[in-house]
This record gives sequence, structure tokens and C-alpha cells, in this order.
Amino acid sequence: MKIIVAIKQVPERDAQVRIDSSGKWIEEADLQFAMNESDAYALEEALQLKEKHGGEVVVLSAGPERAGTTIREALAKGADRAIHVEVDDLHKRDALGAAQLLAAAVKPESPDLILTGLQSDDLGYGQTGVIMAELLGLPHATLILQVEKTDTGLTVKRELEEGWFQNIELPMPAVLMIQSGGTKLRYATLMGIKKAKTKELRKVNAAELGQASASTAALEKITLPQKQKSTQIIPGSAKEAAATLVEKLKFEVRIL
Amino acid sequence: MSGVYVILEDRGGRISRISWEAVAAANIVSAQSGTKATAVVIGAHTDALAKEASTRGVSKVVRIEHPLLAQYTSDGFTAALEEFTRAESPDYLVFPHSYQVRDYVPALAARLGRVLIGDVTAIGDGPVFTRQLMQGRLSGNYKSAGNGPCFLSVQSGAFRADAGESAAAESSTFTPTIDAAQIRTKPGEPFRGTAQTVDLGSAQLIVAVGRGIREADNLPLVQDLAAALGAEVAASRPICDNGWLPIERQVGSSGQTVAPKLYLAVGISGAIQHLVGMKGAQCIVAINKDAEAPIFEVADYGIVGDLFEVVPALTEAIKATKQ
Repeated sequence: MKIIVAIKQVPERDAQVRIDSSGKWIEEADLQFAMNESDAYALEEALQLKEKHGGEVVVLSAGPERAGTTIREALAKGADRAIHVEVDDLHKRDALGAAQLLAAAVKPESPDLILTGLQSDDLGYGQTGVIMAELLGLPHATLILQVEKTDTGLTVKRELEEGWFQNIELPMPAVLMIQSGGTKLRYATLMGIKKAKTKELRKVNAAELGQASASTAALEKITLPQKQKSTQIIPGSAKEAAATLVEKLKFEVRIL
Repeated sequence: MSGVYVILEDRGGRISRISWEAVAAANIVSAQSGTKATAVVIGAHTDALAKEASTRGVSKVVRIEHPLLAQYTSDGFTAALEEFTRAESPDYLVFPHSYQVRDYVPALAARLGRVLIGDVTAIGDGPVFTRQLMQGRLSGNYKSAGNGPCFLSVQSGAFRADAGESAAAESSTFTPTIDAAQIRTKPGEPFRGTAQTVDLGSAQLIVAVGRGIREADNLPLVQDLAAALGAEVAASRPICDNGWLPIERQVGSSGQTVAPKLYLAVGISGAIQHLVGMKGAQCIVAINKDAEAPIFEVADYGIVGDLFEVVPALTEAIKATKQ
């Protein structure tokens, strides 16, 4: 089974993000970056499928040069080779524009399965996989926690809202958007990190993949979120703050 | 005629709660041109849904009916709404930002050369659509560009549904031409993961724990606090993903929705997937080391500090006051 996993490099969780001078993106200078969380689960699912059924796992990522470190991490975890779509202004593309790039890079590979995470932790559009499926003419399923290969294709476990689930059967090739938490993530081994350095990492310039359609959902301005409530921040040492909070819970909230 | 259409979602034979919030959002958009939105219901038999929708502040109800729409599939719903959109040329199609909508509307929009502006939390003049970025740490303002319908989905809890009843709006039926061969996926019946033994929904006091707790061995810290308060323990998704607490204690879009008198969030940053499950709490207290964590945007009281110091101190203070 040939599996393509689309991953994205995003600012590290808990990173302090600042709006840049254009007001349309964030300051990248001092940021740490990491693999998008649900994409890491997509990669894990792909590696486990390969272990069970054989085949190849190809990592695909669009992003600037810095994305190379995240791609190497995926190779170190066990992906066989990688395609890096070099693009410096990914954040200026809407979800369709980003999916067009990835779909164009996938096409000549003719994979049996395309996996990607559910949603990016930066822009959070949560649409890339679904649009890729549409552009490639493939069936898809989203919010997937488990993937099983069957004689006729795949059976996948899909998460629904409020603690419900559903199994879906679909033929291959197909696109699946993977939800976090369906499986345990592996760490890269020292051997894996060593091997990763010799694995194929092919760079493709975004311009070679055809013209992106003009953005139809334009990000005009980034702002700080509007507070929904006026929060009383309780000052002091841990002990002082705890004592004050107990007073509040007693006399203002009245639950003690 | 063009205009604003709001696509309502069937949840077990009734219109889902968040669909009414989408109606409110659609009416904000349509008010800018002095009209009311048209409701759209989809299914094999939509009489009951159409009747329910007709008195909820919409100008008309369109019933998209076809036997192949009896059960939701991305392919079926995309084909039906594509045909409807090409026939009606709406200016706006407004959806609730549900799991179902996330599953097919991006494909529907792409098929029409458009993009869904998803998970919208506010609509301003222009119209300008606000949605969250960076896990809620920042907001982005979006405008729809180019020709063609604008696709929007609205975040659960972001718009207040209008509870009032209006005179029954007229309905019409649209019958798409869908072929069974177009539907490539075969959905199974929904099922529950595990037997539900904890009903967080009726809990009055909840202590919830998130990633900040770092490891399972530290959980007694929050369990002691919950015991001192007489509260139930809940968790954000990563805690349950790691298997540290059972999934039935998970609060958020994929877990339970709660509305206790007190929700004490410990080490929870406040990603929207969590917030939608708990922002209905009467009082929210957040303890987090990161002063910029989005949880503080919904909190009534906040302590910015190390939970490993604050939580034990709080447990002691509560025990002392209860003695």
C-alpha cells in the first residue's frame, strides 16, 4: 500500500505568538515550530498500516525552508521518503489554494491512500484533506480514529459529536483526515534519526505545480481576541491567591 | 432569487440546537440587505424538519428531498447542494460548524470554486467575518472575495438563537438528481463508545484538568482538590487521549457538554474544542501558568501561576474553610 501523509509545520503549542507589522501574519523570528498534532497522528496511522500491510509511506509538506526540520522528523520516525513543496506565503493562501498545491504534488504519485490531520493548529481551517479529495476525485472521510484495510477497501471509525462514533466503508484510493488520540505516537529512535539523513527528500517549487486560484476567503487582519468576560485575575503567591479564591467562592460564587 | 440561505442539520429527527444559532447568524447577514434568511432542510422525508423550521424567524423553507439523502453521506449532500446552489445562485450559504458540515462543505465549496469561511465567531459590517487563529490566541478577520456564493459556518455558542416563534413560513421542495453510483462511502449506524457511567452534564461542581498536569502520576493533585470541593473530575481531550482518565470524563466538542455552577479549569489552555463544552458554566475559574492562555478569555476568576503550587494550596484552603 502506498500512503501519502500530508503534514504541516506549525508554531509550537504554547508558543507566544505576536502579530507582525503587516497585521496579517505573526512574527516568526523567535518562534519554535513543531509538527501539527493531528498530522503526527496521521503519520503514526500510516506507519502502522505499512507495518501491517507493507508498502511505502511518503511524507508531503508545503511550507518554507524551515519546514524541512519537521519533514526530517517524519523521516526519522519511519517514513520512507518525502516531498517538500517550497512555498513562502502559505498563510496567504486560502484552504483551496493550499489544497491545490498538495493535490498537484500528490497526483503523479498515484497513492492508494492519503492521510492528513484533521486541522492545523495555526490557521485551523480544517479543510485541506476534504478539498484534496474533491480535487483528486477521491472519496474521503473525516475525524477518523481507526483505519482497517478490508478486501474491498477500508473500514474506518469516525468520531461523531458528544461521544458517538460510526464506522464507514469506503473504496481505495481514498483520503482520510485523522483525529488526534486514536493511537499512541512513537518517538524517533537514534537509528531512525541517522537513517533519515540519507532518505530521499525531493523539493518542488510551488510555481512548478501550477497557478493557484485567487484567494476567495481573504485574511484581512489579525487582532487580539475580544474578551468575552471581564476576568478578575487574583494576584499574590500561590497561598495568598488560593486564600483569596476561597473567599470569592464563598461570598461571590457561593458554592462553599 | 438570490439571497441568504441557512442549511439546518437533522439531529435524530429534530433540528440541531446549533442550527438555530446559524439561523441567527444568517439573519445578521441578510439584515444588511433588509431581508430574512431562507431555511434549507435536507433528507429523504423532511416534512417534520420543515415544519419545525418554518416558525423560527425565516422567510421561507426549502426542502431538498431525495431517497438517497436518507442518511448523511458527504457525496450525497455535496451533490444535492451543488445542484441547488447552481439553480438558485445564493449570495450566502450559512451552516452550523458541526462535524457533519466540516465533512462535506469544504468539498462543496471547492466544487464551485469557492472556500468555506469556517468556524465564524462574529459578523461585522462589510460583512467581515471573524474566526479564531492559533488555537484561540488570535482572531482573524476575513472577507469573501471574487464571484460566487459565500460559504460560512458558525461556531457553536457564538450566536444567540432567537427563541421566539414567528408565523409559519411557506415551504417549497427541491428534488436533486442524485445517482446511487455517486455515493462512494457506506456509513454505518452511530454507536456509543463505552457505557456512560458519569453524567457530567448534571454535575454542579467540576474540576477539570488539562495538559498542564504533565503526567498521569500528578492527577491525584486535582483529584484531591475535587474531593475537597465535592466536585466531579473532568478533563480536556489530551488527558483522555493519553488514557489517563476515561473518555467519559472528557468535556468539549467530542465529549460532554456541561453547565455546572463552578468549572475550575486546571492547566487547560482553552482550545475552542474544549470551550464549546464548558462555556455555559455559571462561574469559570482558571489556573494556568500562561497569562495569555485563551481560557482566561472566558474565565470569571483567574490565577496565573504554577498549578503544582496553587492547586495544593487551594485544596488546603478549601479543607480549612469546610472544617
